Amino acid sequence: MKPFFPLSVGLLALLAIIVPIQPISSVPSKRVFTVEASQYAYSPGVISVNPGDMVTINLVATDVAHGMYIEGYELAVFSDPGQSASITFVADKNGHFRLRCNVSCGAMHPFMVGEIQVGQNYLLVRAFGIATIAAIAFIVYQHKIRPQNASE
Amino acid sequence: MQVNSMDLTRIQFVKSFVKSRYPQTIISVFLLAGFVLAIMAGFIGTPVGSQNFSIVFVWIAWWAILILVAVPFFGRGWCAVCPIPRAGDWLQRGAIIDPAAKKPNWLGWRVPKFLRNMWTQNITFSLVVLFSATILTNPRTTAIVLAAMLFMAIGLAMVFERRSFCRYLCPVGGFIGLYSKLAPFELRVKQKNICAGCHGKPCYNGSTDGAGCPWDVFPGGLVANTYCGLCFECIRTCPHDNIAFSVRPFSVEAATPTAKLDEAFKAFIMVGSAISYAIVLMGTNGMIKLAAYQVFSRGWFLNALLLVGTNFVGLPFLFWLFVRFGRSQRALNAKQFAMASSALIPLGLLFWVAFSLSFVLANATYIMVALSDPFGWGWNLFGTAGMDWQPLGSAYVGILQAGVLVAGLVWSAFVAQKTADRSKVPAWRVILFCLAVTMVMMWLLL
Repeated sequence: MKPFFPLSVGLLALLAIIVPIQPISSVPSKRVFTVEASQYAYSPGVISVNPGDMVTINLVATDVAHGMYIEGYELAVFSDPGQSASITFVADKNGHFRLRCNVSCGAMHPFMVGEIQVGQNYLLVRAFGIATIAAIAFIVYQHKIRPQNASE
Repeated sequence: MQVNSMDLTRIQFVKSFVKSRYPQTIISVFLLAGFVLAIMAGFIGTPVGSQNFSIVFVWIAWWAILILVAVPFFGRGWCAVCPIPRAGDWLQRGAIIDPAAKKPNWLGWRVPKFLRNMWTQNITFSLVVLFSATILTNPRTTAIVLAAMLFMAIGLAMVFERRSFCRYLCPVGGFIGLYSKLAPFELRVKQKNICAGCHGKPCYNGSTDGAGCPWDVFPGGLVANTYCGLCFECIRTCPHDNIAFSVRPFSVEAATPTAKLDEAFKAFIMVGSAISYAIVLMGTNGMIKLAAYQVFSRGWFLNALLLVGTNFVGLPFLFWLFVRFGRSQRALNAKQFAMASSALIPLGLLFWVAFSLSFVLANATYIMVALSDPFGWGWNLFGTAGMDWQPLGSAYVGILQAGVLVAGLVWSAFVAQKTADRSKVPAWRVILFCLAVTMVMMWLLL
């Protein structure tokens, strides 16, 4: 049994990584958001859209100049104080992506972040899955394969 | 520990390198110049943190090197060349390179016994974390902190013997020491019986060849990396050539967990602080950021209370619940609790690696800008001052973080199994705790 144990765990972990997850189907639609940027947050801080949606973000800087860089999509928009600027894109990548201010807006600027959620966060689901498999594997190993070392 | 280690000092080049004081001194002096430049930039440069050398080089460049490379792979490698205690060392010894014929008459007191532990470092690190939103972003605050550390190291070198600042006060040195247990390098004696018969113990007491251990450690009794600062002074003073600097497998000290509560709490503080940083700095809530930034405001006090409560009470209590709940056979004593918490050492280190990836790669381009224009005065020394901000590898950072967090969990589960026999705490309980906090960190970062 012993040689099969790490192999089984490895296979399970591999499955957790590669098994395709069926996205929740939705009809792509046009989504428009007005996001206010002020030191040091976006409001709303989190935007949720469905995969395939045509997303327009109107960025309004309310105090000083702010920007918005969408990680993963590598898109950026910039807004002067009191002005609005917009960006439109198709949300064709699944997952959760950080929005970062790309204009020095003050002391906490490097930590001014928001988030756009496109569908489900499969990375998190897979990470949870692998972490759980790893933890269970260690516990099973301790109790079934090397029971002499299990204290309880 | 002599398990599967290879003595690098058998290689002539390595031996010459560690025997000579020149390489370390040259690197340290170079870093000291950078350190002084960071202090100057903080005081006289632009107040815009992302364009100031002090913020960019200390909290992005240095931090990235420290937490992503130096600590995981070299343990106390940073302490070996750290510029902060250097000036104090020189004054204390009355020499820069070779030992002075006559040592200066400073006070040379011994640090009081009640302070000879990691508690003060737990407190100083917690203070840095409490003020970190301003320290990490405000050049002047960073300069004040750096200058304070430099002058404190000098002042303490005049009052107390050896490197009391590094050993008992440095907020960074505490966690480097804890995580250095995992590192694949160690400094140990080759044969303990030679040390037992050694007259005068020059490695600890000093001799004409060099200073006694600046870290107040007798190398003959060294079993863990925690308090060895890799200054290599003992290699220079040992008359029997009995000190080895060896490469070894990662995590080899995991099988001999510490039973010290101060070190256990350091592990909790590090895990709790990484989670707190992920919430405050990488979260989307602006109110929390402002509360952390506006020092001494009501929000800041609430934030401070939550942080201190979580790190010193909440997390240790939760861990205690996991390892104790439902066990009727035996009570859990402090030593068992401390030993079982050793599993949090790799977990905490990789939490910090994962958190750091969130902002180090995103802000790495600021390094090139600050290099060309360290004070933010419009210079362009290397032609990179106008470089646009561009996050690096943003499409892969999440995957990398997920991998790092899973690796941290696996490593901590491995350590939990190794320590279970000594702590008498079932590994599965510790593993479940680690899984729970790993999931929290994943949820915050991914």
